[in-house]
Amino acid sequence: MSKILSYLRSYRHGRQFVISVPYVWFILLALVPLMIVLKISLSEMEDTSVSSMISWVQGWPTIKLSFGSYIFLTTDPLYFQTYMSSIKYALITTVICLIIGFPFSYFMARSPKHLQPMLLMLIMLPFWTSFLLRIYAWKTLLVNNGVINNMLIALGIIQDPLPMMNTPFSLVIGMVYSYLPFMILPLYSNLSKLDLRFLEAAADLGTSPFKAFWLVTIPLSKAGIIAGSMLVFIPAVGEYVIPELLGGPDTLMIGRVLWDEFFSNNDWPMASAVAVVMILLILLPMALFNKYQSDQAEVKA
Amino acid sequence: MNKAFGKVWMIAIYVFLYLPIITLVIYSFNDSPLVTVWSHASVRWYISLANDDVLISALGLSLKISFLSALISVFFGTFTAFALHRYKRFMGRTLLSSMASSPLVMPDVIVGLSLLLMLVSLQHWLGFPERGLFTILLGHSLLGTAYATVVISSRLREMDGKLDEAAMDLGCQPFQVFKLVTLPLLLPAMVSAFLLTFTLSFDDVVLSSFLSGPGYSTLPMVIFSRARLGLNPSINAIATVTITVVTIAVIASSFYQSRAERKRKLEVAQAYSDANQ
Repeated sequence: MSKILSYLRSYRHGRQFVISVPYVWFILLALVPLMIVLKISLSEMEDTSVSSMISWVQGWPTIKLSFGSYIFLTTDPLYFQTYMSSIKYALITTVICLIIGFPFSYFMARSPKHLQPMLLMLIMLPFWTSFLLRIYAWKTLLVNNGVINNMLIALGIIQDPLPMMNTPFSLVIGMVYSYLPFMILPLYSNLSKLDLRFLEAAADLGTSPFKAFWLVTIPLSKAGIIAGSMLVFIPAVGEYVIPELLGGPDTLMIGRVLWDEFFSNNDWPMASAVAVVMILLILLPMALFNKYQSDQAEVKA
Repeated sequence: MNKAFGKVWMIAIYVFLYLPIITLVIYSFNDSPLVTVWSHASVRWYISLANDDVLISALGLSLKISFLSALISVFFGTFTAFALHRYKRFMGRTLLSSMASSPLVMPDVIVGLSLLLMLVSLQHWLGFPERGLFTILLGHSLLGTAYATVVISSRLREMDGKLDEAAMDLGCQPFQVFKLVTLPLLLPAMVSAFLLTFTLSFDDVVLSSFLSGPGYSTLPMVIFSRARLGLNPSINAIATVTITVVTIAVIASSFYQSRAERKRKLEVAQAYSDANQ
C-alpha cells in the first residue's frame, strides 16, 4: 500500500494515474457500449440471441455483416416519417423555447442585481423537482374533465371541453415546459455579460432601440442562442417519456419506436439500427458544427 | 423593450412553470378518487401512501441507488475534471472530453440501449452481472459522472492557480497540494455535484427501465407505470412529499453554500491583513 502511494506521489505517475482513471471508466461505459450497438445493428436476430459477426469458414474467420435492419429501415416509410416528425416536434419546441425564453433571459439580466440570484433559483427549483411528476401534472390540467376545461366551463367560456390531451398541442406544451430552463440558463449567462456600452454607442450614433436590439444585442448573444437551442433540440429529438405520457396516436417520436422495437418486438438489431441512424442524424451534424466553431475561435485567436 | 412588458412577461413564465406543481399540491388534499373533481379536503391519499408497500420498497431502492451513484459520480467526476483541466496536453484529451460529454448530449434511450446491450454481451461471455441494482447503478453513475464533471470543471476553472503554485513553492508535493489546498477549495463544488447527481438519479426513468431486472423497480418506474394508466390521486401525494423535501433541500444547500463562500472570503481577508501587519 505504501509502495503504491509513494509511486503515485511522483508527478509523472500521479499524472498518468489521474488521467487513466476516467479514461478506463468512460471507455468501458461509453465507448464500448456504442461499438456494441453498431455491431448488433449489423447482425441478424436469431431465436434467442444475436448472430455472431465472425463465423468460421474452413478454418478461417470470416466477418459477416448483415444490413437487413438498415434495409428494412429505408423500405418501411414508417421509420422515415417518425424521424421527420421527431425532428419537426423538436424544432417547434426549440423555436417556442427561444421565442419565450429570450425576452425572459433578457429582462432577467436587466433586473436589479440583488434580485437576480432569487429569480435564477426560481427557475432552477422546478428543475430540481421530479421531471416525471411535472409532466404528469400537465395531464391533470389538460384532460377533458381536467382543471383547465372545468374552469373554462364554469366560467361559461366554453360549453364542451376542449380536446387538448393526447394531441400535438399537449406534447409541445410538455416539451416546452420541461426544456425551457435549458434555454433560459445559457441565454441568461450570455446576456448578463453583455457589454452595455455597445448599446450606448449604437444610441449615440442614432440607432433606434429596436434596431439596436436587432443589430447589436442579437448578434452578440449568438453563442447563447446556439448553446440553448442545442441543449433543447438534441434531447427533444430522442424524448421518450413526454410523448408517452402526453402525446397521442398521431405524434410519432423516434424514442418511442426504439423503445417498442426493443421491449415489445424484442428485435435488438432493429432497435440498434434505429439508434445508429438517430446518432448519425442529430449528433454528427452537431459534432461537425462544434468543430467548425472551435476552429473559427482558433482562427480568431 | 420596456420595463412593464418585461415584468408581465417574467411573471407569465413563472406562472407557467409553477402552475402544474401548485395544482398537484392542491389536488393531493382532495378526498375524491376522481383526481380532477374536487370534493373536500382530506389526507386520505397520504395515509394510503404510507401503507403502499410497493411504493415504499421502490423508494428504498431509489434512495440506495441515488446515494451510491452520486458518490461514484463525484469520485469519477473529480478525476475527469482534473485530467481535463489540469493537464492541457496529453494523448487522447479530445477523446476523453467527448466521451465525458457524450452521456449529456445523447438521448437517454440510446445511452440505456447501448449499456444494456453491453451488459447482456458481458453476461453472455462471463456469466455476470445479473440485471438489477448493480446494473442500474452503473447506468446512473455514467450519467452522473458526466454531470459531476461539468460542475467540478467550472469550479476548477475559476479557482486561482496561484494558490497551488504557492504551496508548491513552499515545498509541497503534488499529492499534498491536492489534499491541503485544492480539495478544501473544491469541496463546495463536490457537494453541489453530489446533490445534482443524486436528484438526477432519483428522477431517472428511462435508464432504469432499460437496466433493471425483474423485482427491481425504482420509484420513478413505479410512478411512470401508474401515470401511463391514467390519473391516480396517490401520485399527487407523492408529488407533494417530494416537492416539499426538495424545496427544503435546495434552500438549505444554497444557504450552506453561501455561508461556506462567506467563510472562505473572511479567511482570505484575515490572511491578507495578517500578512500586511
